[in-house]
Amino acid sequence: MDATIATKSSEQTWGGGNNKPLGASYGKMMMWFFILSDALTFSGFLGAYGLMRFKFIDSWPIADEVFTHFPFMHGVHAPMYYVALMTFILIFSSVTMVLAVDAGHQLKKGKVTFYMFLTIIGGIIFLGSQAWEWKNFINGSYGALQLNDGKIIQFVDASGHQVALESFAKSSHSERTQHTKSKGLWFVEEAALPAYSVNEVIAGFEAHPEITIRTEKLNTETKTKTIVPREQAMSYLNEAKAVVVGANLKVNEYGNTLFADFFFFITGFHGFHVLSGVVINIIIFFNVIIGTYEKRKSYEMVEKVGLYWHFVDLVWVFVFTFFYLV
Amino acid sequence: MAAHAQEHTSHTKLIWKVFIILSVITIVEVILGIIKPDSLHLTTILGTSPLNIIFLVLTLVKAYYITWFFMHMADETKSLRRSVVWTAVFLVIYLATLLLIEGSYLNDVLGPLVKWNY
Repeated sequence: MDATIATKSSEQTWGGGNNKPLGASYGKMMMWFFILSDALTFSGFLGAYGLMRFKFIDSWPIADEVFTHFPFMHGVHAPMYYVALMTFILIFSSVTMVLAVDAGHQLKKGKVTFYMFLTIIGGIIFLGSQAWEWKNFINGSYGALQLNDGKIIQFVDASGHQVALESFAKSSHSERTQHTKSKGLWFVEEAALPAYSVNEVIAGFEAHPEITIRTEKLNTETKTKTIVPREQAMSYLNEAKAVVVGANLKVNEYGNTLFADFFFFITGFHGFHVLSGVVINIIIFFNVIIGTYEKRKSYEMVEKVGLYWHFVDLVWVFVFTFFYLV
Repeated sequence: MAAHAQEHTSHTKLIWKVFIILSVITIVEVILGIIKPDSLHLTTILGTSPLNIIFLVLTLVKAYYITWFFMHMADETKSLRRSVVWTAVFLVIYLATLLLIEGSYLNDVLGPLVKWNY
């Protein structure tokens, strides 16, 4: 039996008494149970994502077609590379964190300072990378049409690759301008208009015989989206109600809106964890510098924030798998 | 386990070893994710493709290495380890099983009602 019960002690109330339940200090044990509850929260989110994904298993967006950007390689189709880079950044900052904890065990203040600094830098780089990923997702890459029933229609060339709206849409000088409070009803607002109207996209489609459309429906044999022959395309396009460029919480050019909702929510929640991890790391970093733990002769605080930091990495491992790989 | 031995000795070697293992697993995942060999991607085993099973297993291996060696779970007492790990594993499997079964059911019921031709 290595489990014991905490007993009252007059001196170390905050430390949980002299007996250490489960053989760990009070703070470390509580950090473990916080991590357990936070892990269950993330499981709930990823579970909900799984539920919706199974519900729409035959029309879910293909991640390889959504996340294709890489810095300084504009227009190059580079799926997975960027998120792999982000994963490495986070794993590496986990390594520097565990090196800081290790140096703390040997009471080497200089080493702890250096490795904590690297960890913080890694966390900041990861946050920046995530912001860039969000920016690409929000801005979109090709643009699409939304039908009256909410389905998304994308345009492909003869080889089956997606084509961007601006490469074929015909711009006609329309009188339509964005509605603002100053131009009409003061209580009615309108979002910025897309660069092309539905009619301009359809006119462009008719002028380019090499282009056809594809629906969200997945072909279960080849795991690719179903391409509609050009002869039947017009019956789909007649149903179009809006031009969609990029993704937000209401509409998503890559397909099901729920994909965008879960992406923003889960990576956003994870990113917020990274942000709070960076803030906590910075606080502990300054505590190390001013010698708080040197005086205490124990770097356990570094170990506790380290636990949280590794947990953030652990969650990313699962987010990476369920959003990008599976 | 070696809870008190770590006070003086350094674990740097072990840390870099774990880093290399995690990196190799990630590289394998990324390569498989880019190539997606048809034999693994388009075939079915246990209700999904073998590729998905591979990804899931590799993810769990990564989670094990992070928890055991980066978070030093290996050095904690058996009772702490079990109260954290078993609780999480049991509840996550329970939740995931129910939600995924229900998701498939929703697809079975609602899928045929969705119109794809106009």
